[in-house]
Amino acid sequence: MKSDVLVIGAGGAGLVAALKAHESGAKVRVITKEYPTRSQTSMAQGGINAALGNVSDDSVEDHIQNTLKSAHGIANEEAVRLLCGSAPEAVEWLDSIGVCFSRTKDAKIAQRTLGGASAPRACYAQDYTGLKILHTLYDRCLACGIEIVNERYLLDFITHKSQTEDTYIGGASVLNIRTGEVEIYESASVIVATGGYSRVYEKHSTNATGSTGDGIAAAIRAGARLSDMEFIQFHPTALKGSSILISESARGAGGYLLNSKGQRFTNELAPRDEVARAINDEIKKGEDVFLDIRHLGEAFIDEELPQERKLARLYENIDPVYDLIPIKPVAHYTMGGIEVDKESQTRVRGLYAVGECANHKVHGANRLGGNSLLELIVFGKQAGENAAKHAIQNIKVGSDLGMQRNAHSNILQEIKEFTSEIDFYEKRELIGNLFYEKVGITRENDGLQSALEEVMKIHKDIAMMGPKDKSKIYNTNLLEFIEFKNILELSEIILTCAIKRQESRGAHFRSDKKVQNDTLYKVHSIVFKDKSAYGVQYED
Amino acid sequence: MKIKIQRYSSSFEIKEYEVDMQGATLLAVLNEIKTKQDSSLTYASGCRSSVCGSCSMRVNSKEVLACGYKIKDGDLVEPLKNTPVIRDLVVDMDKALSFNAKAKAWQSSLSKNIALTQADEKRNEIQSDCILCGSCYSACPVYAVNEEFLGPFALTRVWKYVSDSRENTPENKIDTIQTNGVWDCTLCNECTLVCPQNISSKADIEKLRSKSAMAGYNDPNFGNFGGGFGFDGSPSF
Repeated sequence: MKSDVLVIGAGGAGLVAALKAHESGAKVRVITKEYPTRSQTSMAQGGINAALGNVSDDSVEDHIQNTLKSAHGIANEEAVRLLCGSAPEAVEWLDSIGVCFSRTKDAKIAQRTLGGASAPRACYAQDYTGLKILHTLYDRCLACGIEIVNERYLLDFITHKSQTEDTYIGGASVLNIRTGEVEIYESASVIVATGGYSRVYEKHSTNATGSTGDGIAAAIRAGARLSDMEFIQFHPTALKGSSILISESARGAGGYLLNSKGQRFTNELAPRDEVARAINDEIKKGEDVFLDIRHLGEAFIDEELPQERKLARLYENIDPVYDLIPIKPVAHYTMGGIEVDKESQTRVRGLYAVGECANHKVHGANRLGGNSLLELIVFGKQAGENAAKHAIQNIKVGSDLGMQRNAHSNILQEIKEFTSEIDFYEKRELIGNLFYEKVGITRENDGLQSALEEVMKIHKDIAMMGPKDKSKIYNTNLLEFIEFKNILELSEIILTCAIKRQESRGAHFRSDKKVQNDTLYKVHSIVFKDKSAYGVQYED
Repeated sequence: MKIKIQRYSSSFEIKEYEVDMQGATLLAVLNEIKTKQDSSLTYASGCRSSVCGSCSMRVNSKEVLACGYKIKDGDLVEPLKNTPVIRDLVVDMDKALSFNAKAKAWQSSLSKNIALTQADEKRNEIQSDCILCGSCYSACPVYAVNEEFLGPFALTRVWKYVSDSRENTPENKIDTIQTNGVWDCTLCNECTLVCPQNISSKADIEKLRSKSAMAGYNDPNFGNFGGGFGFDGSPSF
């Protein structure tokens, strides 16, 4: 099965990339482990940033400065300038394909304030912004006749080595979830858009169950590099019992954070890392923490935050119109990911990465709310166009140069030998708890070291943790096990990077090294695979 | 408490599970069974906050999202209807979703510089809340007689675009939904009753019918009688 551009992942990033590659003349195929509209993008609530100034004065320069400030010195200014400078055009494009944004009284796209922003900059559609963008992108893909193949799980990338020892992409080895068969998708360019790795934290994450870093783990196995993996954002306000997200727009609209005594204790609209730490400090003191939006009134809540009211009622049995919302911070967004250059290309020639799985170095040590939906559009376009260009130039390279082909994935073969005497679901939960406690909002060396030991111990026993279910047809026990293996692989990498960075910067807060140390650490951590071991180094 | 689950691998079988989880969502219960009791139990799930549409299934013959339904003792859990079951509670949604393309549920072309008012936005706000969970599709009785019916969610999606002032050729959209479309609906309202997002596809189909009539189309179910309509909407001869 051949295409010019193979897109893996059908969330916002994947679909934008697919559309743009298609517009550039490439034959595009999209594969997804679920269905496009089930992707993580559907959960984005708050909005997409663009300095339109529809509600009050704003400028692209302010957007850039806010983003850089929140990134704590390790964003790439050139990339941030591209992101923010392209934002108005990105939102205009979404408007032109039919996204149902909320509107102002004077018929403009409505905007609201999120944390760390100097102006109301996030364009929104009630608190369903991601949902409405994702579905409209899906409809656009159907309009363009783009082929989408559902329920296909990425096992490994197929690579070629050229005579000059460069690694080229050749496609992907994929598990057809429905049949249990392995399928080979050949493609001159591949775009990986598989999302982040917040589910390392298991139930202590706002994310959907699929955010297991599959594409990131496969990318490093194929020879790509990862960067800034230690930077994981905790969203300040998830529902206490279920970790379900309550949008930052609730605070943007004037919601308060209160402790058990009913006292406010922080600036609710500071960037997420600061607010999450302030909440964590209260919780450590034995306080319960609540979000209070009662004063916003029922009409406002129903108009602007209908989803929040529904979720709070369902999961906490409280009505935010009348009650305080019990909250806690949980893992929400992973800043780290596959390292890409300014063309969105990884170290594997022809392999592009976009969205949360990629690190375009625009978020640095802490992402601003409203910038992730934006990066999907801006860098999705870039990745799609460049992948199409690469495919058209390189379509014959693989076969003509007689490259060595590494086409098969060992994953399934290997797992067949595994026993199931140790329950991997238990270990998955254990890693989630361990990470929340020791690799969470605050970290320190001893805790990180002990977590690493624990994770390595689990890794050593992996051959005793296979799936119990041996069925070929739609085996979710097997899938969850492969996801768990990816999580395990990334856990070690995250821990190694977190131990090495002996300072505090943005979302990486070391209680034993509280100061930001620009002399030593104003750099990106880079992880690469050297034979069977991982190496970590710092680069500008 | 006990719940019963309709299992399917090579044959159908109802299995009973015992759990002690008062007030839990069905999805939490399924996760508990899967991780603690029976790793072969198969279902789809994603966001667990009712927005990704993965975990739609039926409880006691009514469509629900597992993440939004609190279980009760004795509940019977089954997969969606009108779609082929792959395994247990997982159905193949490919054909159901293909009706979005058949109905051309998209904006015909890119539209620039069209200012939408708040009233414009409200016109299709609720339709754009659709999460494509397929509950309406499962509940629709028309599929028993017409497997090619475009169906409730695809037609709601068409209405979303037809009613949007950014759509510059709504008449083409109306043309597309005449066959296996708006006139095949029985207006039974089952779709409305099961929608987790409070969308009424039935109401959207009625609006599309009225647009169709304005575009000169007639209800083919009555057209052959050669007469018109009485004031009460019944055919007169």
